[in-house]
Amino acid sequence: MLAQAVRRLLLAIPTLLAIVAAAFVLMHLAPGGPFTKERQVPQEIEQRLEAKFGLDLPVEQQLLRYLIGSEESGGGLLRGDLGPSMAYKDKNVVDIIAEGAPTSAILGISAMILALFVGGALGVLAALRQNKAQDYLVMAIAIGGVCLPPLVIGPIMQLFFGVQWQLLPTSGLHRDEYGLRYLILPVLTLSLPLIAIISRLMRASMIEALRSNAIRTARAKGLPERQVILRHALPIALLPIVSYAGPALAGVMAGSFVIETVFALPGIGKQFVLAAQQRDYTLVMGVVLIYSFLIILLNLAADLGYRVLDPRSRT
Amino acid sequence: MSDILIDDTPLPKAIKGRSLWEDARRRLMRNPAAVASLYVVAILVLIAIFGPFLWVHKYDTIFRDSVAAAPTWDNMHILGTDTEGRDMVARLILGLGISLLVGLAATLVALTIGVTYGAVAGFLGGWVDDAMMRFVDVLYSIPFVFFVIVLMTVVTVPDPGLKLILVFCAIGAVEWLTMSRIVRGQTIALRKKEFVEAARASGARPMQIVFRHIVPNVLGPVVVFATLNVPVIILAESFLSFIGLGVQEPLTSLGRLISDGSRQMINAPWMLVAPAATMLITLLALNFLGDGLRDALDPKER
Repeated sequence: MLAQAVRRLLLAIPTLLAIVAAAFVLMHLAPGGPFTKERQVPQEIEQRLEAKFGLDLPVEQQLLRYLIGSEESGGGLLRGDLGPSMAYKDKNVVDIIAEGAPTSAILGISAMILALFVGGALGVLAALRQNKAQDYLVMAIAIGGVCLPPLVIGPIMQLFFGVQWQLLPTSGLHRDEYGLRYLILPVLTLSLPLIAIISRLMRASMIEALRSNAIRTARAKGLPERQVILRHALPIALLPIVSYAGPALAGVMAGSFVIETVFALPGIGKQFVLAAQQRDYTLVMGVVLIYSFLIILLNLAADLGYRVLDPRSRT
Repeated sequence: MSDILIDDTPLPKAIKGRSLWEDARRRLMRNPAAVASLYVVAILVLIAIFGPFLWVHKYDTIFRDSVAAAPTWDNMHILGTDTEGRDMVARLILGLGISLLVGLAATLVALTIGVTYGAVAGFLGGWVDDAMMRFVDVLYSIPFVFFVIVLMTVVTVPDPGLKLILVFCAIGAVEWLTMSRIVRGQTIALRKKEFVEAARASGARPMQIVFRHIVPNVLGPVVVFATLNVPVIILAESFLSFIGLGVQEPLTSLGRLISDGSRQMINAPWMLVAPAATMLITLLALNFLGDGLRDALDPKER
C-alpha cells in the first residue's frame, strides 16, 4: 500500500506540471494584463513594468521563466518560489497565500467535519426509517440544502442571527479567544450544501448495505441490531462518502468566494477571484497549484481510506 | 381439484412489447413527486415564455416616482420595485426565463461535447482513451471559477445578448467533464456487445457505430445527468452573477436578482424574497424530476 502511495505521489508531479502549463496558457489567452488599468498609465511605465515581469516575452518563455526562475522573478516554481505578486506591490505570492490560507482551511475543515457528522447521522437515520416520516424529513432538508445556495442562505442567516436576534457577529474574523463565535455562521453556511449531499449519499449507500448478504449473515448470527449497523453496515456504507469527501474537502479548503465576501473573511477564495479579474498571473497560478495539489493529495487519501474500510480489498 | 388449473381470465390477444422508454415513462408517471414537479416545471417554462407578453409592465421600464417601493396594488407593482424603480414581477419573469435558458443551453453544450468526447474515448480505447481521459483529469484539477473567468474574459463583447450566449458556452464548456466520464464508462461496457459486433460485421465505419449504435444506448444516464445538471448550472450562473461576470444589465437572471437583493436585504427585503423563492421552487422541481427520472430509468428497479 505504501509503495502504491509513493508511486501515485510521483505520478502527481507530471500531472501538476501539465496543470500548471494548461492554466498558464489559458490565463495568458485572456486579453489585458495586470497593468492594463482603467486609469491609463503612461506607456513607458507600462512597458517597463511588463519587461520587469517578463510579460513582453512569448508565452512559452514566460512559462519557462515561471518554472525555473530568473533574476527578477526569483527562484522559480521548481525551487518552491511562487514569484512576486503582480497586483500587490512588493508582496510575494507565498506571503499572500500564507495570510489567507489558514482562514480558508479552518473554515473548510470545520465545515467538512460538521457535514460528515450531521450529514452522516441524518443519512443513517433516513436509511433505517426508509419511507417513514423521518426519512422524508431528512430528504426534504437534503434537497433544500442543495437548492438554497450559500448566496441565499448566508444573507438570510445574517439577517436573523445577526440583525434580528443579535446572537452572533455577522462578519469579520478575530483571531483571539472569542474568535470562534465569528466562525459559527460562515461554517454553518458552508456546511449546509455538504450536509445535503452527504446525507443523500449516506442514505442510498446505507440502504444498499443493509440489503447485502453480509448483513443478512450478521443478522442470522444473532448479533444485536446496533452492532450489525455500527460494525458491519456502516463501514461498507461509508465507502462512497469517503470518495466524495476527498475532492470535496479540497474544494472547500481552497476557499469560497461567496462565503468570504458575504461574511467579510480574509481567505484565499476571495483573493483568487480578485486576482483572476486583475490578471495577477502569479497569484492565480499559486492558488491553482495549491488547489490541484490538494485535489491530488486528498484523492489519494480517499483511495487509501477506501482500502482500509473496504473489507473486500483486505488481504 | 382440477378446476384450479383452469384459468378463466381471457388471454390478452397479443402481448405488446414495451420499450425501455415506455417502461420508464410508466414508472415516472407512478411517482407523484415527479409528476407534480413535471407540472411545476411546465408552468415555470410557460410563465417564462409568455409572461413577458402578458404582464402589464416591461422589464426595463423605469418608474421614477416609485423607486424601491414595497409590494403594493398601486399601478400593479405586486412584488414592489427595485432600487432603479423597475417592476419586480417583470424582472422576475425575465430572470426566470434567462436562468432556465442558461440552464438548458449550457446543458446542451455540455451534453454535445461530453457525449461525443466520452463515446469516442471509450470506443477507441487503448492509448487514445488514456490520453483523452488524462486530459479530462488535468482539466478537472483546475478550479471551476478560474476556467469560467478566463473563458468569460477571452472574448469581450459589448452586447448583453451576445454576452449571454457566452455565459452558457462558458459554463457548458466546464460542465462536460463529468458527462464525458459517465459516457465513457457506459461505452466501454457496450463496446464488446453483440450488436456492435454485428454493426462492424455489416461494414459500418467506427464513427458511424459510435453515433448510430452506441450513443442511443447510453441516453438513459445521460438524460438523468442532464436533468440534474440544469439546477447545478443555474446555481453556477448565480455565482457568476455574484462576482459580476454573469448576465449584464438591463437583462437579469434569478442569480443576479438574488445577489442584488441580498445587498438590499434590510431596506428592501422583497427584492431578495421573491427571487429566492422562485429559485427554490425551480430547483426543487428540477431536482425532484431528475430523481424521479433516475428511479424510472434505473435497471435495478425493473
